[in-house]
Amino acid sequence: MTMIRTLWLRFTDKIDTPLFALAFALLLLGIITLASAAHETPARVTGQAANILVALGMMWAVAQFQPQTLMRFALPAYALGLALLIAVALFGEVVNGARRWLNIGVTRIQPSEIMKIAMPLMLAWYFHKHEATLRLRDYLVASLLLAVPVLLIARQPDLGTALLVTAAGFYVIFLAGLAWKVLIGLALAGCASLPFLWSLMHDYQRRRILTLLDPTSDPLGAGYHIIQSIIAVGSGGLVGKGWLKGTQAHLEFIPERSTDFIFAVYSEEFGLIGNCLLLLLYLLLIARGLTIAANAPTFFARLLAGAVTLTFFTYVFVNMGMVSGILPVVGVPLPLVSFGGTALVTLFLGIGILMSIHRHRKLVQT
Amino acid sequence: MRLAEFKDHQRELYYFQLRIGIAGVFVLAAFSLLLLRLVYLQVVQYDYYHTKAEDNRISIVPIMPNRGLILDRSGTVLARNYSAYTLEISPGKVADLENTIDELAAIVEIRASDRTRFKRLMIEAKGADSLPIRTRLTDEEVAKFAVNRYRFAGVDIQARLFRQYPLNEMASHLVGYIGRINDRDVERIEEADLSANYKGTDHIGKTGLEQSYESELHGITGYEQVEVDSGGRGVRTLSRTSPTSGNNLVLTLDIKLQEVAEEAFGENRGALVAIEPSTGGILAFVSMPGFDPNLFVEGIDPASWDLLNTSLDRPMVNRALAGTYPPGSTFKPYMALAALELGKRTPQQTIHDPGFFQFGNHRFRDDKVGGHGTVDMYKSIVASCDTYYYMLGNDLGIDNIARFIGQFGFGAKTGIDVEGEATGVLPSQEWKRKRFRKPEQQKWYAGETISVGIGQGYNAYTPLQMAQAMATLANNGVMFRPHLVNYIENIRSGERTPVKPKVERAIALKAENVEFIKRALGGVNTEGTGARAFAKAEYTSAGKTGTAQVVAMKQNEKYDEKHVTERHRDHALFIAFAPLDSPKIALAVVVENAGFGARAAAPIARQVLDYYLLGKRIDKPAPEVPADDDDD
Repeated sequence: MTMIRTLWLRFTDKIDTPLFALAFALLLLGIITLASAAHETPARVTGQAANILVALGMMWAVAQFQPQTLMRFALPAYALGLALLIAVALFGEVVNGARRWLNIGVTRIQPSEIMKIAMPLMLAWYFHKHEATLRLRDYLVASLLLAVPVLLIARQPDLGTALLVTAAGFYVIFLAGLAWKVLIGLALAGCASLPFLWSLMHDYQRRRILTLLDPTSDPLGAGYHIIQSIIAVGSGGLVGKGWLKGTQAHLEFIPERSTDFIFAVYSEEFGLIGNCLLLLLYLLLIARGLTIAANAPTFFARLLAGAVTLTFFTYVFVNMGMVSGILPVVGVPLPLVSFGGTALVTLFLGIGILMSIHRHRKLVQT
Repeated sequence: MRLAEFKDHQRELYYFQLRIGIAGVFVLAAFSLLLLRLVYLQVVQYDYYHTKAEDNRISIVPIMPNRGLILDRSGTVLARNYSAYTLEISPGKVADLENTIDELAAIVEIRASDRTRFKRLMIEAKGADSLPIRTRLTDEEVAKFAVNRYRFAGVDIQARLFRQYPLNEMASHLVGYIGRINDRDVERIEEADLSANYKGTDHIGKTGLEQSYESELHGITGYEQVEVDSGGRGVRTLSRTSPTSGNNLVLTLDIKLQEVAEEAFGENRGALVAIEPSTGGILAFVSMPGFDPNLFVEGIDPASWDLLNTSLDRPMVNRALAGTYPPGSTFKPYMALAALELGKRTPQQTIHDPGFFQFGNHRFRDDKVGGHGTVDMYKSIVASCDTYYYMLGNDLGIDNIARFIGQFGFGAKTGIDVEGEATGVLPSQEWKRKRFRKPEQQKWYAGETISVGIGQGYNAYTPLQMAQAMATLANNGVMFRPHLVNYIENIRSGERTPVKPKVERAIALKAENVEFIKRALGGVNTEGTGARAFAKAEYTSAGKTGTAQVVAMKQNEKYDEKHVTERHRDHALFIAFAPLDSPKIALAVVVENAGFGARAAAPIARQVLDYYLLGKRIDKPAPEVPADDDDD
């Protein structure tokens, strides 16, 4: 008995209970919503359960590492990610008009996904290495390390991932203490370069932005999805239509309703009250992540934990903003809720990193 | 050193935590924004989006009522419905129409003509929910499509009721046809505030009874509330209000009589209207040639349409209703009655007919060379003496003629219950003033009255008007409004709403004058121009032949049938009623370009009367009877 207890304690030693409890609650809501959204394809629910098990395994594994070990992965992971991105640009497979996939014989992989973790890891490592002598030059180098993969991803094109990788990298740079005046200058320059960015965009990307500004301009085309999605959210009302009773969802008015637009299904069936619960869970999870970051022992750990947490927040905000019609449609899933194994694994790797940093904070304190 | 490092470390941590704090504030702000947006959508705008979602979800599907049937007086069906499967495309829900049709063609047969018809429908029926690409699918085709249905969003099989006219060309002008609702129909429907009742209705009466009794035939549209998915396909029914079928029309028409009349025409063009004098009920209503109304129901193909439209025989014209013809000598009995009533002649008064009437420099020629000699009123009708009526016309004056004869309905719409009636021309001084613009054309010349006297000149009437006048005379001056529908039958309740005979007017006529004219018309069929056609008739009858010039003859030119092209030959006319004492039927026949009325029109009248009064039936065109010299 005691042995089992000891084993269990050993097993759960590195698991942060609040973080795990929050993530688990979100997974639960996700599975419940998925059961409704994918009621015609129940295989998705079992598939997602399998994804969850794999992702939790990854989380557990990562949580066992010490942050110093993680630091060692930084450069190889980044280099591998970059190499694969270049390979995609050269030999990638085109699916639905985007060159995102790389066929490595046994399976296809999406290297841009690796960058979601590799990017903050790399930048945090870089800043940690130059911690004592941080100068503007270091920020420029970091920006370059960020820009190259982002441009490769954006060219695929994969706006959603490019956005998340940019966010992850930017959070590291921001937390590393980039001067405010530089930040403000960048913001102004960014605004000024909007027309230039516009000219770089693909037609469908421009259309998404125009559609956001006025969905009714194209009610049957690009605007249709967003209109139907907003109707689903709005018609949910205060308490929602009830589980399995969302008409927009079940009559197939909501596009991508088990993946990127699952929030529309959730909103329709559980209403504003459900949304408040969801926002609260996310907020607590993010708060926990930021607390871990604030209390992390090393510069590397702080930057990594902060960036991972804020990237998680970016997922939430971009996805909900898109579904509720205040942000353009970009392919960002609702973290821990949307169906999809890759995103789940990436997210739990992040949570695993947070746990690793939290559990090993005393060991490295010098 | 250590202290400085420690301090530095502390500062660094402080700055980091500050930035984390700022990020936290940013997160809170972003979440607040999301929350505000969600409150706005789910609370403030809830009603709006709730309605939107319901509109998405619930589709009001109209259920078309069965269109009422059209039956003749004895219950023979002239227009009915049958159910068949159609393959329909909702153009608004199909992205690539051409491609979709191509793919459909791989499953069910779609001919080139189906495609052209579909395109025409797309143009004509803008805004229609769904349009048929194929009609009358076989069971096999239905099954084939059903298997592949998932591949075709916006395409579906519908069980539809189709209109069918089982008698094809028979009585086609009278029954009319229905066709797809077009822009003009939509306007009319909207004006009449009937849009709701026409949701789901694709067809509307276009001509004939189908058009004029549209409101009775259509019925009341039912509704079904159906939950639909984003592809527009019904998932389940929420509620249903059944449609109410349209009412049946039961006509006064006797379809067997119609058949006899149409067959009597043979290959000839023309019109015949037979009326029951005591009610105004139409017994037969013929316009030859006819057309097949079935061609129009699902949109006529361009080739057939061209054929019908460009044919010299003009089969689409309802001659009985909209064709106007000079009455020729069939005008004479009314002229004679006018003379009696207005005291311009007595029956005994005679004239001498030298074969012409001299008016100034102009010589109005009688048909009979050398003239009829001494002619009283009886003989003037029986032998159809032109000179008598040239003189009479001159004596009466155009306005007296117009005033008296107008009472019989000449030159005025009868008010029959189908649309498209022509007015015709009852010439008078006032008419000419209105008709022409130049002052010299507006003036009425006395010489013009003389031609009017024998039913020529400006005179132009529809066969319906001629039949109505005959019926009025037969009925001693009491005129009924002609009508085709006997009663309207509510299918569900069985309730019958009769169309009551409506007395249009009762013309004040002296009984002895009417009796005299009737006797003279009887004489026509026993000893006059109609005698040959009515030889050995087993009933008494009244009749009057007429021959109407199509092209004006020069003064001294003798009309020679053989030398006139077919289309310029005279029209043959005949008016009749029978039996003489208690008329049961009155009719008017016009046979276009057939020459003498006695020869071509009277035999048709004979066949119709034989069938109606005796039930005798000869299933072949009426034989032409040889003309006497004094025919006209």
